[in-house]
Amino acid sequence: MSVRRLAKIQPESFAFSEETRATADWWISKYPEGRLASAVIPILWLAQKQEGWVSEPAIRAVAELLGMPVIRVFEVATFYTMFMLEPVGTKALIQVCGTTPCRLRGAGDIMEVCKTKIGLKDHLSADGNFTWQEVECLGACANAPMAQINDYYFEDLTADSMAQIIDDFAAGKTPKPGSYAGRHSSEPEGGPLTLTDPALYDGSLAKPVILPNQPAPEPVEGGAA
Amino acid sequence: MPIAKVNGVEIEFEPGMTVLQVAELAGEEIPRFCYHERLSIAGNCRMCLVEVKPGPPKPQASCALPAADKQEIFTNTPMVKKAREGVMEFLLINHPLDCPICDQGGECDLQDEAMGYGRDDSRYVENKRAVEEKFMGPLIKTTMTRCIQCTRCVRFATEIAGVSDLGLIGRGEDAEITTYLEQAVASELSGNLADICPVGALTHKPWAFNYRPWELKKTESVDVMDALGSAIRVDARGPEVMRILPRVNEAINEEWLADKSRYAVDGLMRQRLDRPYVRVGGKLVEATWAQAFAAVAGKIKATAPDRIGVIAGDLSAAEEMKAALDLFTALGVKSIDCRQDGSALHPKWGRESYLFNSTIQGIEDADAIMLIGTNPRIEAPLVNARIRKRWIRGDVLVGVVGEQADLTFPYTYLGAGVDSLKRFVDHGPIQKEKPIFILGAGAFARPDGAAILAMAAEAAGSMGLVKDGWNGFNVLHTAASRVGGLDMGFVPAEGGKTALQMVEKGGADVLFLLGADEIDLGQTDAFVIYMGSHGDAGAHRADVVLPGAAYTEKPGLYVNTEGRTQMAERAIFPKGEAKEDWTILRALSDELGARLPYDTIEQLRDKLITDHPTFGQIDYAPGHASAAAFDLMAVGEKGETTDAPFVSPVKDFYLTNPIARASRTMAECSSLHAGASKMAAE
Repeated sequence: MSVRRLAKIQPESFAFSEETRATADWWISKYPEGRLASAVIPILWLAQKQEGWVSEPAIRAVAELLGMPVIRVFEVATFYTMFMLEPVGTKALIQVCGTTPCRLRGAGDIMEVCKTKIGLKDHLSADGNFTWQEVECLGACANAPMAQINDYYFEDLTADSMAQIIDDFAAGKTPKPGSYAGRHSSEPEGGPLTLTDPALYDGSLAKPVILPNQPAPEPVEGGAA
Repeated sequence: MPIAKVNGVEIEFEPGMTVLQVAELAGEEIPRFCYHERLSIAGNCRMCLVEVKPGPPKPQASCALPAADKQEIFTNTPMVKKAREGVMEFLLINHPLDCPICDQGGECDLQDEAMGYGRDDSRYVENKRAVEEKFMGPLIKTTMTRCIQCTRCVRFATEIAGVSDLGLIGRGEDAEITTYLEQAVASELSGNLADICPVGALTHKPWAFNYRPWELKKTESVDVMDALGSAIRVDARGPEVMRILPRVNEAINEEWLADKSRYAVDGLMRQRLDRPYVRVGGKLVEATWAQAFAAVAGKIKATAPDRIGVIAGDLSAAEEMKAALDLFTALGVKSIDCRQDGSALHPKWGRESYLFNSTIQGIEDADAIMLIGTNPRIEAPLVNARIRKRWIRGDVLVGVVGEQADLTFPYTYLGAGVDSLKRFVDHGPIQKEKPIFILGAGAFARPDGAAILAMAAEAAGSMGLVKDGWNGFNVLHTAASRVGGLDMGFVPAEGGKTALQMVEKGGADVLFLLGADEIDLGQTDAFVIYMGSHGDAGAHRADVVLPGAAYTEKPGLYVNTEGRTQMAERAIFPKGEAKEDWTILRALSDELGARLPYDTIEQLRDKLITDHPTFGQIDYAPGHASAAAFDLMAVGEKGETTDAPFVSPVKDFYLTNPIARASRTMAECSSLHAGASKMAAE
């Protein structure tokens, strides 16, 4: 992490789209009168969703919407690294996890692919389509190495699958999120090794459980006890 | 009351106090950087660690820990010492070793505490962080590499000054204090940021690299830039005032000071009148005292007393006003006035009619505040800060009749002028314990001022502002000399003219100005004698200039807007051939054959106090003491009013008096402020 500054080149203005504004109002309605500042993080997030990043006019617009000093919004926007203060790739923002488990499972190779295909870390690619970053643990260690691309996790990556994903995004496709090693979620590779008995799942092995505070069951007509 | 033990000594304390406060109560000093007793508690510097039993076996931040009954607090155990040394080492990791070139050097909290808790060497071999400089305006110099992120400045700006301009951006090692997009701090109290900064990150820009604190001679004095009489300390080196800092006075300025009072000091070295001048052939020519006196005496002797006018300015001390009053009264002059702004206030309606009767501290007790024709933010920033302090505590009504300005707190806008005030005349008692009016010069310094004063007093009576134990009828003056002048009766005698009448065309043949620069002299065709310290409007028009002393160059009594008499001390000597103003009048009285009966300032003060006993009550504000005898119905004169809106006479906070107008710093602030408000208007 380094010092976070506003981008040098800023758009002229920012306006909430109708849809964003509606969602923003929904968030704002959760907080009582005079406490609208509580909604600053969700609203900043909405602004980022709309534009892809948080611009200086957006910060001012959020401050105005919530009736708070603009420096307070600025503080929040610079504190949280998930708020992008620079424009990011229009097709994909790739956040490669570089923390220990991913690193041990080959995150270095993934980053190398990003570097060759996209360019320098934290920089917008020359065509403006991609940005890639190294981020701290995203909590999917069982599927290491992984990357978050836009809103989804892409897991069990290899250099080849990462290159393919980038190419797919560049071609305007939407690659499938999830495991690229054929896993359903985080079960062992090659299928589950435990809890394989189907009887576990049809209810036949279930024992009736009596909870200490459970009220006596109503007798059900024709039902088994 | 609960009892705690501090280092084995039992001490009683008020419930709700923190461990740090209890330890202070017991006489133990706790080092701290982020904690400040007038700001909210942040608890982020960790310097105030102490050991507390019962509690977890680790050091605790005493500033944020509530003290409890039967608690044992230790401030001097090896664990505490080691913990603080650890904190200090971390604070110094990124702090540059530039004390020799730092303006805070010699009065730096970090330097002081490092003497007690610092290591003699550093174990840190990595790169130190460096932080880009920030721009915070013409008054605050930043060296952000020195910042230890205590956030005192952020809290001061947000809580006391009421401008949310400063913030802590980024996080962790990259946290930085800044203003949004490096705008200047838009506050009249910004100088205090440099005061509360415990390190050299924020220092005073106008005084940068000019002095070391230990080479300055410190004189405790009283500020004259507004009518509050804030407690100041004048730091001088040789013949020059290097800086002015606030002193603690809970009754007036707490420990803050407005920017004008602090940074107008460079005006004391510019535009000074350091020798007498006499106008010869349309041009002011240097003269000796004898020549100047001869010119003055010749003119005054040749003029009938009813064609002579005397006007006192905003910065005059009571001594010279008394000397002038005695001298010209003895000569038979009736046109004597200290109200160059044309205000209607008059001592004949009782002292309470022109004082801030609730006292400034009393604002904190008020539960309903109505500002009438005043913008306290520019007329008296520290009164504004008090009102804001009261507003933060909640449960208070604040209303404004007059200009709709940004006062740093929200208020109910009641209207622009007389009509809005009139609605309150038969309002009836309001359901509040301690309501106050704050009446500004915008209401009473205008042709129908006496009628407005009567109307305001009637409204005050109707709403029940004055009662047993409370007097909520407040007048907020804008000039340091005004209350003193009114107290001694420096107003036109029967048949005399007011200041504004004197400066009309043909209003007088001789005008004697005691530092009066805020009055329009464009119409008068009189022979003008100007006695004062600065070459400003008055000296520009003068025919004879008698060089006087500025407020730092003479001892003097000033009565603030509360009626509190305070004594200012001389910090340096007057410039060149200039003399203390009362001595000039004393010498002139000899020339005029009407010798004043005092040779020393003590004798003058004796006479002043004998004639007007209130001048003897140093540091005493009467407050509600005479509320019972105060007849609101007798205040002012009922009459016709116009419907012109109330406008504050202070157009530009930074340029209200000759000293401030001579100051480059104030000029810079003024132009920056004008630019900012122009931008805001567009």
